[in-house]
Amino acid sequence: MRNSTAYLFLAPSLVGLCIFVLFPFGDMVRRSFFNTIGSRFTGLENYTSVVTNTAFQQAVTNTARFISVCIPLLLLISLVLALLVRFIRPHGKVFKTSFLIPMAVPVASIVLLWQALFHKMGIINNILACMGGTPIDFMETDAAFWVLIITYLWKNSGYTMILLLAGLDGIPSQMYEAAGVDGAGTLQKYRFITLPELFPTLLLTAVLSLLNSFKVFREAYLVAGSYPHKSIYLLQHLFNNWFLDLDLGRLSAAAVLVAAALLGLMIVLWRMWKGEDAL
Amino acid sequence: MKTKCKGIIPAIAVLMVAALPVWWAIWFMIAGALIPLDELKATIGPVLGIEESGGYAYWPVLPSYPTLRPAVELLLDTPQFFTMFWNTCKLVFPQVLGQFLVGAPAAWAFSRLRFRGRTAMFAIYTILMLMPFQVMMVPSYLVADTLGLMDSIWAVILPGVFSTFPVFIMAKGFDAVPFAVLEAASLDGAGPLQTFVRIGVPLGVPGILSALVLGFLEAWNAIEQPMTFLKTRSNWPLSLFLPQIVSDKVGLAMASSLVMLAPTVLIFLFGQKYLELGIQASGLKE
Repeated sequence: MRNSTAYLFLAPSLVGLCIFVLFPFGDMVRRSFFNTIGSRFTGLENYTSVVTNTAFQQAVTNTARFISVCIPLLLLISLVLALLVRFIRPHGKVFKTSFLIPMAVPVASIVLLWQALFHKMGIINNILACMGGTPIDFMETDAAFWVLIITYLWKNSGYTMILLLAGLDGIPSQMYEAAGVDGAGTLQKYRFITLPELFPTLLLTAVLSLLNSFKVFREAYLVAGSYPHKSIYLLQHLFNNWFLDLDLGRLSAAAVLVAAALLGLMIVLWRMWKGEDAL
Repeated sequence: MKTKCKGIIPAIAVLMVAALPVWWAIWFMIAGALIPLDELKATIGPVLGIEESGGYAYWPVLPSYPTLRPAVELLLDTPQFFTMFWNTCKLVFPQVLGQFLVGAPAAWAFSRLRFRGRTAMFAIYTILMLMPFQVMMVPSYLVADTLGLMDSIWAVILPGVFSTFPVFIMAKGFDAVPFAVLEAASLDGAGPLQTFVRIGVPLGVPGILSALVLGFLEAWNAIEQPMTFLKTRSNWPLSLFLPQIVSDKVGLAMASSLVMLAPTVLIFLFGQKYLELGIQASGLKE
């Protein structure tokens, strides 16, 4: 009885999910073993073709590099901001709003800003030149990667900060008081109370940050097009370009590989979460 | 208390430095919409490929003579702008409404009802939420093709409606509803639907609104979905159109990017409180 009520609540979402996501996803997995028009079974041919493709290798390396740099940096910066905002409470409101605003700024405006700042003839180079430095061609060198990182941090640190603030608020103040009675210093409190207690929130935040990290493609694409500097040629660019070629077989294989990698990452995070609960 | 007061000034200073890029960006957008075209050309012309000054781009602290001309031109003389604006609305509002109608009951089931397969199903929802658009590109294309939705706005709206991210956020929000209240309601003879509508939705408002605010921001700025599924340019939303006008009509681009920002900021000012509360509900340990 209770089961059937729950399924009724779930039905619209589940039916839609099956039609628009699960069934077509299954179809894609099937297609990844067939040739482009889906007429002939080719076994792992698509997969070998994808894995040996240099553009794919480049895109995987770049995406992995991007994620492994931007997520720890984002968590660190947001944590520092959250602690500062908490520290100056109740005056932190204006900063909370300030840091959240970039999330609402349309991608097109960011692109305008980006060009004005980071173009070869842009404002940053103007400042560099005035200070006697050598101008950097941000979009055509490895600096592009860092511009993308900065954009991501600028855009997401507010939301992440709010998530961490919520987590910090959830730590019972008695724990700090007890530690204070036992003679723990400020740093010790952060090390032995704040960080472990915040761990579940940090994991949730890491997952949501990962989700958001895929969206930097928009800025990268609108500024630099389908073939940007090779340091920011991400998996998203690759998928987009292969999609335009309608190379469904290879595209499906690549998508299955990326989905599997993300699934693996989720399982690792899940284990960490469970492990933490067991402690 | 005294030591705390001592540290507060440096803390505020650090926060101000951190907030500077945000404040500057807001200033850039507001000033950009007020600066007359010839000044825009002279200031940021170099980065837009307009041969005007030949030097580096710079940005004035204040526009030398503020004007509303680009804004007026945009709102009065550019009918395409309204078409695009309307196109955006047609994509965004059905999507967000659908996310609520479909997602809220599902989130309620995951959060407050017990049934077989709950954990496994929620795990599937969580994993799907993490799949970037590019992974779902082929599946979405296949389904749009099968259902004959290619080049129709429904090819963008429907996959958005069944996105699992809002379900995840709303479920975290519903986690804050105490079971005791639900038991009391059922003792009073309220059915499951009544309990959901009368108790669940009102108490779950922070989670619901934060999911809808995030859904709105996402849909309003969508690039990939319309780019992939809408071939007819007259159906294009602002988010796709805006980057294209940049090079030839800077003033217009500046004004329209400000107009495009306006609804999101409004929703944000109204929704930020719920965003925080909703995230708070979701951030707390289950």
